[in-house]
Amino acid sequence: MNPIHRAAAVLCVASAMAGAAVLAQQPSSTEQEIEKYRAALGEDNPAELWEARGEALWKEKAGPKGASLERCDIGLGPGVVKGAYTVLPKYFADTGKVQDLESRLVTCMETLQGISEADAKKNHFGSGPKRSKMEALVAWIASESRGMPMNVSLAHPEEKEAYEIGKRMFFYRAGPHDFACATCHSRDNLRIRLQELPNLTNPKDAQRAYTTWPGYRVSQGEVRTMQHRINDCYRQQRFPEPGYASDAVTALVMYLAHNANGGVYNAPAVKR
Amino acid sequence: MIALAAAGCAALRGSPDEEQAAVALMKKDFKPRGQATLDRLDQDDVQRTCTRYSGRPLPPAEAQRIEKEQLALIRYPADGEYLGDWKAGEKIAQTGVGKQWSDDPSRAAGGNCYACHELSHAELSYGTIGPSLYHFGRTRGFGTDVQKYVYGRIYNPEAFSACSSMPRFGAHGILTEKQIKDVVALLLDPRSPVNQ
Repeated sequence: MNPIHRAAAVLCVASAMAGAAVLAQQPSSTEQEIEKYRAALGEDNPAELWEARGEALWKEKAGPKGASLERCDIGLGPGVVKGAYTVLPKYFADTGKVQDLESRLVTCMETLQGISEADAKKNHFGSGPKRSKMEALVAWIASESRGMPMNVSLAHPEEKEAYEIGKRMFFYRAGPHDFACATCHSRDNLRIRLQELPNLTNPKDAQRAYTTWPGYRVSQGEVRTMQHRINDCYRQQRFPEPGYASDAVTALVMYLAHNANGGVYNAPAVKR
Repeated sequence: MIALAAAGCAALRGSPDEEQAAVALMKKDFKPRGQATLDRLDQDDVQRTCTRYSGRPLPPAEAQRIEKEQLALIRYPADGEYLGDWKAGEKIAQTGVGKQWSDDPSRAAGGNCYACHELSHAELSYGTIGPSLYHFGRTRGFGTDVQKYVYGRIYNPEAFSACSSMPRFGAHGILTEKQIKDVVALLLDPRSPVNQ
């Protein structure tokens, strides 16, 4: 079977398994249920559908300039995809700022394809028939870094600044519930309900968490990126909404990505 | 656009400290959505102090100051009754909605106690951010003094344990007086499953 057919077959298994998980009566952690689901999938991962679509989108001529994204510099030079996810976020001289993959793709859609920023960010979190180009592109580009160690640099002063700001954001307590990212993610071996919470200040946990995003979310039937993960955390923190692919989110991603340095990248993964 | 971006970065670098830079960046890049307005990014004294000392011990003088100030904010029920309906309390403990941009502000919020605490043994899906509260009344007693303590502890945890991870459910208007009484009953009614 080609990847698309195989992934489509996998999706049917996925629905059945999700149903089984709901019916399960035994006390069992969510992580164990997801492990069973992963085992049932074997080598297959529904994210392959997104990866295949993303590769096609990368190569497709689009926008007023009728150009593809194949000359986009996402960190290792124009057109280099292999390994690029492991060095992001990083400073880009042409924009004069630190960018993560999603912010950088917006830049390339603007400069190479002539697409407006608003259009580039349209449907950034897809749902059902309203599919997201960005989630597909990120799924494919990220998959091209599988097996490579995270290697995010703080050599440029702007990179160091982004890291320090991201760290302050991580510990920033506010809102009606007094929550910070750190409330749930700065101690070892905690759970919210049955969901295990990574301690993102601990390199081992940070590596395991960061290197498995983006993820195919079983509960949502979508591939979700790090931008989405952070957006949903802030929703539950009762904060206002962080702008998509904004400098603020990039700074927080920089903190998390650098803490994960040395971890072997292995995504898109399958998630709860 | 490049010039604008460069100007933004220059402004950040010119800031005296990264805390301020982080706040400025959040205020630039976060957008109000639903009931989650931008003023939620403004910290009160407790939030500012706890952020400053995150990851290191809070000096005892700071802890005492916070606890004293926060204790004064607790409004105990005028009728002197603390114990509500434990069955309603169980529902509040199970419910996690409230105050998120995705929530309907006209609907009552939950306390989401099970997200962080073990309570009834019938509920296996509980978190471990806070301590187990199973057998709370059986261990601590069912008297009015304990009821009043628990009411205050839920209303404003900062009054008892500065920089606690637990939200100030009463002081921040997350739960109503009646809802807090119901949760007190979940912990302290001898018939509640928490005490079985």
